[in-house]
Amino acid sequence: MMIDVTGLEFNEINQKLRESDNKVILQGCLGQRFIASGMKDKNIAIDGIPGNALGAYLNGASITVNGNAQDAVGDTMNDGKIIIHGDIGDAAGYAMRGGKIYIKGNAGYRAGIHMKEYQDKVPIMIIGGSAGSFLGEYQAGGVIVVLGLNTNGKLVSNFPCTGMHGGKVYFRGEPPKSVFPKNVCLKLATQEDMKYIEKQIVEYAEIFGYNKDEILNAPFTVATPDSNNPYKQMYVAN
Amino acid sequence: MNNIEGKVRIPSGCAIAAVISKDGNRMTGEKIVESMKPMHDRSNGLGGGFAAYGIYPEYKDFYALHMFFNDRAARKECEAFLKERFEIVKSEIMPTRKIPAITDEPVIWRYFVAPLQSNLHNLQLDEKEYVARTVMKINCEMSGSFVFSSGKNMGAFKAVGFPEDVGVFYKLDEYEGYSWTAHGRYPTNTPGWWGGAHPFTLLDYSIVHNGEISSYDANRRFIEMFGYKCTLQTDTEVITYIMDYLLRVQKLTLNEVASVIAAPFWSTIDSKTDLYDKQKHEYLRTVFPSLLITGPFSIVFGFNGGLMALNDRLKLRSMVVGEKDDKVFIASEEAAIRVMEPNAENMYAPAGGEPVIIKVKEGAF
Repeated sequence: MMIDVTGLEFNEINQKLRESDNKVILQGCLGQRFIASGMKDKNIAIDGIPGNALGAYLNGASITVNGNAQDAVGDTMNDGKIIIHGDIGDAAGYAMRGGKIYIKGNAGYRAGIHMKEYQDKVPIMIIGGSAGSFLGEYQAGGVIVVLGLNTNGKLVSNFPCTGMHGGKVYFRGEPPKSVFPKNVCLKLATQEDMKYIEKQIVEYAEIFGYNKDEILNAPFTVATPDSNNPYKQMYVAN
Repeated sequence: MNNIEGKVRIPSGCAIAAVISKDGNRMTGEKIVESMKPMHDRSNGLGGGFAAYGIYPEYKDFYALHMFFNDRAARKECEAFLKERFEIVKSEIMPTRKIPAITDEPVIWRYFVAPLQSNLHNLQLDEKEYVARTVMKINCEMSGSFVFSSGKNMGAFKAVGFPEDVGVFYKLDEYEGYSWTAHGRYPTNTPGWWGGAHPFTLLDYSIVHNGEISSYDANRRFIEMFGYKCTLQTDTEVITYIMDYLLRVQKLTLNEVASVIAAPFWSTIDSKTDLYDKQKHEYLRTVFPSLLITGPFSIVFGFNGGLMALNDRLKLRSMVVGEKDDKVFIASEEAAIRVMEPNAENMYAPAGGEPVIIKVKEGAF
């Protein structure tokens, strides 16, 4: 089902989405915010530029953007999948607590800021290109993978993993150590890590038409906080 | 023009956009006004404005003063003052459309003026300094009169309202410029008034700003030592004066100015391998520490012949740049650029503290 959303307000778009079949294509999207927020059982494709906070609180729906996306995609999303065929703006996956965000291109500043996880809820973000500064800032859980494809070797800018206290960030290749804060451990990915990465990459490669083996045929680096509780006794004895 | 700014706190984004033709081709204001529509929710109706360059070719040798007056008496008093200092070659009511969305407008006039040569000679001042001082004097000392634009062959247009309405109000579809900037205001901390809308200008320099300056008072105290007066009761104007001081008075380049106001962290400077670049940054941070602007900002700085876009060093505000043929587009959101040019190319987001400088070809403006 196709919906032309030219000139519609975001609440009108979301109303139409709620009333629609499960498979929808939005055409003529131009900057409307909060598209598909909180939705759980739709499969939405978007032509044009969706506005900020696309798929905020997403709860199981699947969103594909055939181009670039703006800021705060998947803000606090709980479940579902967001696929971006271009670049993504700042603060992608802000406080995400479940589901998947797959980006073909580059990510802006603060991708995966304060991602978190609980038991089987483990959010995953895969960035095909490079990531801007403050990647995984205050990360509390979940997994970020940065592939650095088609970026002339650039993986990440300044201050990644600042304030990180949980979760993992995988880099395809070796990011410059000097840009990381002291409380982060950088290690070569183990075989177990590689198995995990492979599991995640299969679907990603399929969606964007990459050869999974070519992506995996490189050493990966894993960044983790350097203890299970890096802020132990910073404020109280815990 | 009620002066209650600063007495009420309104917790709150803003929207900025710009377009420039590198070939100096002139465009009407329609596109830039349109570009503000998808970003409507970034403003709250308490301020909108535009700066346009190349719009007064027939008066290009004269300073165009755009002014707000509280009433006729304020205008008469100010005109008497202007006549002592300038030859006024034209004075007229600013052409506007009456629309329901814009109300409570002050008296809005514009003057095309040339400084009296005898005064310049007596005071031993260059023209620009003379005009800048006059603007400061009016804005500080003449209650009820405000100069909100004072450059040659350019002008600012601003009001309380949503930017798309402000564009209609000022008939921007009837102007043609090679460069335009735009702002939609969502005042943080303070209510909106006409003088507090962006752009903030001095001579041909204009600033539109999305953000909030944490270092405002440190910046203000420093810049006021050099004769600038922050009178418009909001933080952004200090950026305009800093730009004027560093560019016109200190004669820094645009890149150097960017390294002063959005200086890299010392740790980033320490890790630089290019020794010249490292020393330059150390020098600039050491000499102008009080002009570091902290807090979130994305700005577009307009001047005769070009634009500069800049983000704070932490990039706490969004900004996207795209281009098509002779034109370069800048906006808070990609959607705004796509409104102006659906087929814009090379879309990218500059890093924090990385200036994007676009100049019109020599001789084309």
